Amino acid sequence: MRYPFPVGKSDFIQGDEAIARAAILAGCRFYAGYPITPASEIFEAMALYMPLVDGVSIQMEDEIASIAAIIGASWAGAKAMTATSGPGFSLMQENLGYAVMTETPIVVVNMMRGGPSTGQPTFPAQGDIMQAIWGTHGDHMLIVLSPSTVQEAFDFTIRAFNLAEKYRTPVVILGDAELAHMRERVYIPEPEEIEVVERKLPASEEEAKLPFGDPHGDGVPPMPIFGKGYRTYVTGLTHDEYGHPRTVEPEVHERLIRRIYRKILDHKDEIISREEFMLEDAEVAIVTTGIVSRSAIRAVKILREKGVEAGLLKLNTVWPFDFDYIEELAERVDKIYVPEMNLGQLYHLVREGANGKAEVELIAKIGGEVHTPMEIAERVVG
Amino acid sequence: MYLKSAYEIRDKYLRKDMLPTIFCPGCGIGSVLQFTLRAIDDLKLNQDEIVWVSGIGCSSRVPGFVNFDGLHTTHGRALAFATGIKLANPNLKIIAFMGDGDAAAIGGNHLIHAIRRNLDVTVILINNFTYGMTGGQVAPTALKGLRGTTAPYGQFENPFDIAQLAVSAGANYVARWTVFNYLQGINSIKKALQKEGFTLVEFLSPCPISFGRRNRMKTAPELIRWYQKITVPLAKAKKMKPEELEGKIVIGEFVDRDRPGLVREYQEYIKRAKKMMGWEQ
Repeated sequence: MRYPFPVGKSDFIQGDEAIARAAILAGCRFYAGYPITPASEIFEAMALYMPLVDGVSIQMEDEIASIAAIIGASWAGAKAMTATSGPGFSLMQENLGYAVMTETPIVVVNMMRGGPSTGQPTFPAQGDIMQAIWGTHGDHMLIVLSPSTVQEAFDFTIRAFNLAEKYRTPVVILGDAELAHMRERVYIPEPEEIEVVERKLPASEEEAKLPFGDPHGDGVPPMPIFGKGYRTYVTGLTHDEYGHPRTVEPEVHERLIRRIYRKILDHKDEIISREEFMLEDAEVAIVTTGIVSRSAIRAVKILREKGVEAGLLKLNTVWPFDFDYIEELAERVDKIYVPEMNLGQLYHLVREGANGKAEVELIAKIGGEVHTPMEIAERVVG
Repeated sequence: MYLKSAYEIRDKYLRKDMLPTIFCPGCGIGSVLQFTLRAIDDLKLNQDEIVWVSGIGCSSRVPGFVNFDGLHTTHGRALAFATGIKLANPNLKIIAFMGDGDAAAIGGNHLIHAIRRNLDVTVILINNFTYGMTGGQVAPTALKGLRGTTAPYGQFENPFDIAQLAVSAGANYVARWTVFNYLQGINSIKKALQKEGFTLVEFLSPCPISFGRRNRMKTAPELIRWYQKITVPLAKAKKMKPEELEGKIVIGEFVDRDRPGLVREYQEYIKRAKKMMGWEQ
């Protein structure tokens, strides 16, 4: 297979471009989007590459149509992605819930900018953490990843497709304007170097009859894609294992939604990814996600030089959230600081996880600039 | 035309475990469903290569009752989902079963853009002037003066003429009938299913319970008589003055042309891209 960009070597590219290339290497062959800053370059790269790899890239009339189209494409058997920023992500929320309810593997990138509303289109922020986790209506469970470097943007995108296919779930990638437009050196592997997961298809007619059952006991039903003769009916209404609408039976709804929770939470150890930096002996922990992690690493070094036993916990997965791990951390350290580019969204999760075992302090910054290392260090020193 | 018995059609195409349907007595959706299945049967189309897509509302429940692959989506978005299905697997034939509120109100933008792109899909549109499932609110197709729960004193807005809208936006085939024009209806669906690009067959369909009851036509026969009164065949309408056509709905075949469909256009686009990049001659 020929690729429209160099593989097996490093390149100096933007975060948006890295996501597009990773998607293609992960097997994505359907992209639908609507232009929005700072995610447009993902679309532009996809528009350039997709026809060359016999994939589809189409500009839809809005973000609602974009996510709808990728869900349709996924049921037709394609790995599919869309990318947007905060306002567009808000428009996608109804269909994001539809993807959760119908257990459709899709990848949605949200390159966050300052908000609410049109806010600061060209500036970074981390204001959509809660929207990514709880934006759609009703009880639901999905996966949210958060890269901090262009290399991570690439690597996490491949992982996002693999998780989406493996667990038949939408996966959200939360980046930000800084990451979207920053250029860094990225290693683009050869296709053989990449582990690519394909969705579980029905092994028999019997399995195909249960598109929303649990024939393998792992909570993830095989997906009978359209056109294979299985005659599957897919609905966003509460449905039983066969896919038949059963909207007035409480136990059917409970069984379905609890399984959608379970298939993610039972595998959370495999899904959750984090990195620790000088945390083993730390008395002060800094917990971050995304772009702020980069300043926080430097802040830890500065603090250590000043004699403060600081360490960093960087969350690569924002959701599901490892509350137990945070509680263990809170037992070990005196204080936890949460620098983030909003007025306290990750902070709420960390405080809940800490469960009163350690004091948790928010270092909030909004307006469109990433925290400087000194801003974080100074707050810790006090 | 020889017509098979309704039982034969039912046994061949409906999911028996999903019956009975949710439709009220006197509703026209079942008739249109039957026309569509008869068209499929007559054309001997492969059941496994057709996907039914719908949005939300009474008519959008149809894909659940037929034994085909089906996607029952969110309100108004059927055609956006259909775009993904069709482009990801062009071998699938797509039928979008939609209501008037679904297609023309919340889904209006998707409708005009799907037509503009000439998406390869056949839209079967149930127009009953009302939001039936949510209890009889007024729809954007409702003629002036008709009542709904959200226009208790009679609709004061101008109605959409969906068929005319589809013609203007560039559809390859557009026809409108009442559910009582069954032969024309079946023939139109057959034509639509055989064409490339965007095709739309609109049916004026009775809804005695949510719509008729609020407009002094609480039974299907009353609605039939009313439809006979307000509809005018296209040939006759051409000879009528605009003031004579006031409050009337024209029925017939409005357009039948062969512009290239989206799938063909995209396949050409792929070839052009590879050529421009020097990948292929």
